[in-house]
Amino acid sequence: MARNIYEKIWEAHVVHEESGKDAILYIDRHYVHEVTSAQAFEGLRLTGRKVRRPDLTFATMDHNIPTTDRSKPIEDPLSQQQVDTLAANCKEFGITCFGMNDPRNGIVHVVGPELGLTRPGMTIVCGDSHTATHGALGALAFGIGTSEVEHVLATQTLLQKKSKTMEVRVESALPPGVTAKDVILAIIGKIGTAGGTGYVIEYTGDAIRNMTIEERLTVCNMTIEAGARGGLVSPDATTFAYLKGRDYIPKDKSWDTLVAEWSAWASDPGCSYDRVVVLDASEIEPQVTWGTSPGMVTSVNGTTPVLSRIAGANERLAAQKALEYMGLGEGVAIRDIKPNKIFIGSCTNGRIEDLRAAAKVVKGYKLHQGIEQAIVVPGSTRVKRQAESEGLDKIFKEAGFEWREAGCSMCLAMNADVLNPGDRCAATSNRNFEGRQGKGGRTHLVSPAMAAAAAAKGHFTDIREWEFK
Amino acid sequence: MKPFTTLTGIVAPLEALNVDTDQIIPKQFLKRIERTGYENFLFFDWRFLEDGSQNPGFEMNAPRYGGASILLTKDNFGCGSSREHAPWALDNYGFRCILATSFADIFFNNCFNNGILPIVLPPDTIERLFKEVRVKEGYTLTIDLPAQTITCPNGSKIPFDVHPFKKECLVNGWDQIGLTLLHEDKIAAYERQRGI
Repeated sequence: MARNIYEKIWEAHVVHEESGKDAILYIDRHYVHEVTSAQAFEGLRLTGRKVRRPDLTFATMDHNIPTTDRSKPIEDPLSQQQVDTLAANCKEFGITCFGMNDPRNGIVHVVGPELGLTRPGMTIVCGDSHTATHGALGALAFGIGTSEVEHVLATQTLLQKKSKTMEVRVESALPPGVTAKDVILAIIGKIGTAGGTGYVIEYTGDAIRNMTIEERLTVCNMTIEAGARGGLVSPDATTFAYLKGRDYIPKDKSWDTLVAEWSAWASDPGCSYDRVVVLDASEIEPQVTWGTSPGMVTSVNGTTPVLSRIAGANERLAAQKALEYMGLGEGVAIRDIKPNKIFIGSCTNGRIEDLRAAAKVVKGYKLHQGIEQAIVVPGSTRVKRQAESEGLDKIFKEAGFEWREAGCSMCLAMNADVLNPGDRCAATSNRNFEGRQGKGGRTHLVSPAMAAAAAAKGHFTDIREWEFK
Repeated sequence: MKPFTTLTGIVAPLEALNVDTDQIIPKQFLKRIERTGYENFLFFDWRFLEDGSQNPGFEMNAPRYGGASILLTKDNFGCGSSREHAPWALDNYGFRCILATSFADIFFNNCFNNGILPIVLPPDTIERLFKEVRVKEGYTLTIDLPAQTITCPNGSKIPFDVHPFKKECLVNGWDQIGLTLLHEDKIAAYERQRGI
């Protein structure tokens, strides 16, 4: 019988199953970072348990680390303690850790694919909801809590209930200027922030097939913002070309053997899903969020909502609260919204293609006078070095941007990169929640090109009309 | 994990959709390396004013909801980040049960792993409970997990669904790692078979 990729990966990883109980699912790759792991390692110590497979576990520091001069100690002693605790735990339990000054350091979801640690057919977990990112390589990847991190460390398995599956098919071709970020924001706008709850999503269709792996990583990354824990893309020639030559690709098998094994994970023709959602890529416009939930999104040529036109009382109240928090009126044109801060980076849009897209827009422009700060934070140290080798750092700096070290930075503002109350930020990250980038800060989620254009113009603008210099 | 069997407690309302884990516990409190001591950080940005005093505009701060152990809320509660600090903060504050129209997946699992019972109820039931909670001061419900019922002050009962395995784990307070390690031979056999 024709099976989809989720069913194939699931069936190949069930270690044990009893009726009425969750299955014991084997985990091929476990990523760890400093914020959600300390209590799990402590749990192991308290119970005298070991890490079953330290060789399948990789750690990186990303959430807390400074994006400024790293030769200096971290200013916040609690951040320093958390980073030190991860280093000590990795040493004690024999886990490879890409520390703050390691050339392989970066955001966990940028580093995993970049190093070839994430591969088709794998089960991958991490104590981080954006773990879905890795699904772009054809892996079943999802975020877990700290108790589950401890469970994986101790057993290399998780207790799991099989999910339902949803196909999100994006047909036809994306218009010029419309990016992977706009696609996933449009998907969230269509199915809602809880539309994917209980599902694993497979993204299919020509628009997805024609995306690069980095674009697919952006789409899969924000799957959790649609409520689904996992989102993936069946592996294809694009996937294999991306993986070739990466650091951790197994060397004990020939390339042809690996490609044959990876190819077999792709969904079979004629397979079925519990739910199918179809979008036409040619109808998607550049997206901008106006509220405090990623589903509060519209086209750059749209407006904020008019409350009396929202049908449900709960939804109307939510929109009203969101507009109040965002300091926006009803029916305001998105193009008239003026950010004063710009953040380009994160596990959603901190890869080299993202930086190239943003640099292409700002080349020859200066920050608008209304922009008080604009920062570019590469997703990993390798991305940073690559960008510098292409001269992108110079383009950003000439335009007035700050060029930073890699990390999660202002996506969640756990380090020193924080919005002030009332700041309005055009951000390439993934969450526009209240206070996400700093208490009282207001976030508008956009693509890298759209953030760059807002930096130059001082307001949101349709990137499809951009005059490139 | 502490077991959950029955609970009788005051209900506190939180009228909002899509309450994300950044609201349940903001990021500045995720730097600690302990599992306890998060009670004063729960709903921090909503609960407290700039000067650190309680925000009188935040409904749950009303004295009538003091000592509440059951949280009543709406759609997609716990969306966003996987931070287990969210259920830790709820638990440390005193909440052992959450009633909502729906929950986000990762948060839902994290609750069960921390002895908190999340219950999904139909929208009309949730709306009715919101009305009743606000009318009657000291509004109390009794949650009976083995019987899968919620008893209202007037004695009427609301049935609820719960995944049988999750219920079994919660009622018994089982250590899931210990349960899985009972099958260690099968894990080893699986690794041998795949040559990993």
